[in-house]
Amino acid sequence: MIAESGHYALVLALGLALIQSVVPLIGVRLRDAALMNVARSTALAQLLFVVASFIALVMLHVNSDFSVANVYENSHSMKPLLYKITGVWGNHEGSMLLWVSILALFGGLVAAFGNNLPLSLCAHVLAVQAWIASAFYLFILVTSNPFLRIANPPIEGRDLNPVLQDIGLAVHPPMLYLGYVGFSISFSFAIAALMEGRIDAAWARWVRPWTLMAWIFLTLGIAMGSYWAYYELGWGGWWFWDPVENASLMPWLSGTALLHSALVMEKRNALKVWTILLSILTFSLSLLGTFLVRSGVITSVHAFATDPTRGVFILLILCLFIGGSLSLFAGRATSLKQGGLFAPISREGALVLNNLLLTVACAVVLFGTLYPLAMEMLADFKMSVGAPFYNLTFAPLFALLLLAVPFGPMLAWKRGDLLGVTQRLLAAGVAGLVAVAITWGWATGGSTLAPLAIGLGVFVIAGAVTDIVERTGLVRLPFATVLHRARGLPRSAWGTAFAHAGLGVALIGIVCETTWNSEHIATMKQNDVAQIAGFDVKLDGLLQRQGPNYREMIAQFNVSRDGQPVSVMTPSKRSFSTRGSSTTEAALLTRGASQLYISLGDANAEGAIAVRIYYKPMVLLIWWGPVLMAFGGVLSLSDRRLRVGAPKPARAKQRLQPAE
Amino acid sequence: MTRKQRRMTIIGGSLAVLALAAALVLNALRDSIVFFSTPTMVAEKHVAPGKRFRLGGLVQPGSLQRGDNLAVTFEVADGNAKLPVAYKGILPDLFREGQGVVAEGALDANGVFKADTVLAKHDETYMPKDVADALKKQGHWKDDYGGKPSGSDKTSDAGKPATTAQGNPQGAVR
Repeated sequence: MIAESGHYALVLALGLALIQSVVPLIGVRLRDAALMNVARSTALAQLLFVVASFIALVMLHVNSDFSVANVYENSHSMKPLLYKITGVWGNHEGSMLLWVSILALFGGLVAAFGNNLPLSLCAHVLAVQAWIASAFYLFILVTSNPFLRIANPPIEGRDLNPVLQDIGLAVHPPMLYLGYVGFSISFSFAIAALMEGRIDAAWARWVRPWTLMAWIFLTLGIAMGSYWAYYELGWGGWWFWDPVENASLMPWLSGTALLHSALVMEKRNALKVWTILLSILTFSLSLLGTFLVRSGVITSVHAFATDPTRGVFILLILCLFIGGSLSLFAGRATSLKQGGLFAPISREGALVLNNLLLTVACAVVLFGTLYPLAMEMLADFKMSVGAPFYNLTFAPLFALLLLAVPFGPMLAWKRGDLLGVTQRLLAAGVAGLVAVAITWGWATGGSTLAPLAIGLGVFVIAGAVTDIVERTGLVRLPFATVLHRARGLPRSAWGTAFAHAGLGVALIGIVCETTWNSEHIATMKQNDVAQIAGFDVKLDGLLQRQGPNYREMIAQFNVSRDGQPVSVMTPSKRSFSTRGSSTTEAALLTRGASQLYISLGDANAEGAIAVRIYYKPMVLLIWWGPVLMAFGGVLSLSDRRLRVGAPKPARAKQRLQPAE
Repeated sequence: MTRKQRRMTIIGGSLAVLALAAALVLNALRDSIVFFSTPTMVAEKHVAPGKRFRLGGLVQPGSLQRGDNLAVTFEVADGNAKLPVAYKGILPDLFREGQGVVAEGALDANGVFKADTVLAKHDETYMPKDVADALKKQGHWKDDYGGKPSGSDKTSDAGKPATTAQGNPQGAVR
């Protein structure tokens, strides 16, 4: 019954979405407020039904109802409860259901908090949301129904892919989807603005909080995924330039650009057309990411061969939305009036440079992702584009961007004084140079570029600090005044500083990890000692343990430094009988921001075991950076100017006005 | 500055950044792209020693030999040709004789493929796509290689590529 109810709820949601796609638009044409308001009620009802459908699938998984194909293929009665729940989206059908649930959630949020939106804009936005939703409901119902029954129910399920049986699955996909799908709001707003043919600063003020929210989740989602890969896959890699990862990086890059260009539009009423285009592109890249991951064109060997309808269906959705929105853009963009003037050297100019570098970097990633596919299809030879390609292309572009980051917030709007800003950034520059000198003298080995990159990271952090110091008048003014000023500073200024400093932090982490990472691979017997980065790692012994749905072999290591015991580390290797596969559970020892990392290989007949030990200096900074960025985003979001549904005080004046 | 001049500055700047990016990409394409070959293709094309590429095929049954200190040698075959491979490090969990494998590295002067990375996917029914395609093209494909397609290896997340055994990345203890 649960499965049928879930299925039925999903069909009802599709029905509601279809109504929501059409009725509000008729309302706008007829200027009928009642019809326009249908959008909001249907959006909320749709959310209700999708959530019901999602809960139904969760219950099926929790109850281990193996008469449902999706549960049979991805669950096991002995699986811990947490993984029974997270297993819901650990497969194609379930994750698509999560996708539409989050889409409905955002639609519902717009409906709930859209009180102060002009009615016609709200109707347009929700109608566009419903188009996207209808397409994906159809996709799920036609090609990937999670509620299909099996005629002869098996007794036991096939278990979830062991690699996914981890807390990471509970956090990473929902976060990532909140980011991906969150960009649908700015997309819908952009399409709505094009359909209405008018757009102004108030529009940007409405769009920015949604974009910022999506961006925060995407940032955390990517960072979480990277950390998960780092500790789960067993060899300490945290970024592979894998097409699936690129699929999440591209919307992040263009989403970051969108955040900044919306800022220009909000403050200075300029860059309108560009902001609209970026909104469309960002969500298009999210859709492309969904296509790349879900169609199996890249990751899975089977999807296209066994079920070509899936790939073709998503490709169709992709073409429809990207093609449709871009044609609408081409047709209507010229009618949007250009706004405020600014000199090339100004805050606006800096933000344009930011946008330029981010979008070009994004284009490079897109090229690297699609080029091998295109070559395989057109020229029939196979190749892989990996880290070396991105190191030569993406890295220099991003270095340029980082060099410019501290200048941006310090330049004045309209017309900036580059020389003045350079003088004010002198201290930060000196800090960066000192960092270069220290790293140069202290570090041994590694690339000569590494100290320079660390200096760049320090410069970015120091630049963010300088900005706050100047704004609060620290050093110049008495302390009480400084405190008062610091409190009075807009939260978004703090947000900017934190987010920018996060970039520097992440860069330092990345450079330290890749340059001074040390590695020790060996077969070890009991009481063997491995030495790495000043630590003595002694293998105490191996023991076997039975887990709920796996057997595991645990190795116990005693870690000491200069004869002093530091800690005990217990990496393990789990073998899952149902799938006949095994996972490596690495053991991590955190010292400051650095980590000692041990993972196991195979044991041989004589009781010796292959062991991989890494010492990764400053590795945690790689993820603290994005956390700082996200924290900056949250601060910025809490700025009263940007609070969702903010522009109340000046509402009468800031109603959308025709641009003509 | 007039409006037109300002616009030209911005367009000029954009073109400069685009040109820079294009130059970087073209430069990177020259030597950072890794091609995929099968042992037959290696034999036909006389790949120069030291040139990096990805080798794909089946691990020849009975060819796996373990040496001291995690050194392993095995042969990769595709029905027409064989190529000896040397690797040092921990092989991925699903590395097996008779199964498909993809290794990245370069030939040395003796014609041995020195691999620094060996890839295998986390699923026992998995056959690397490149290998499967190459075998099919040469008519050596047997249906049982790939196993039955399962809808279960699709993960919902973004960051789970094939497991990789990484031999000796930069900065190892020496």
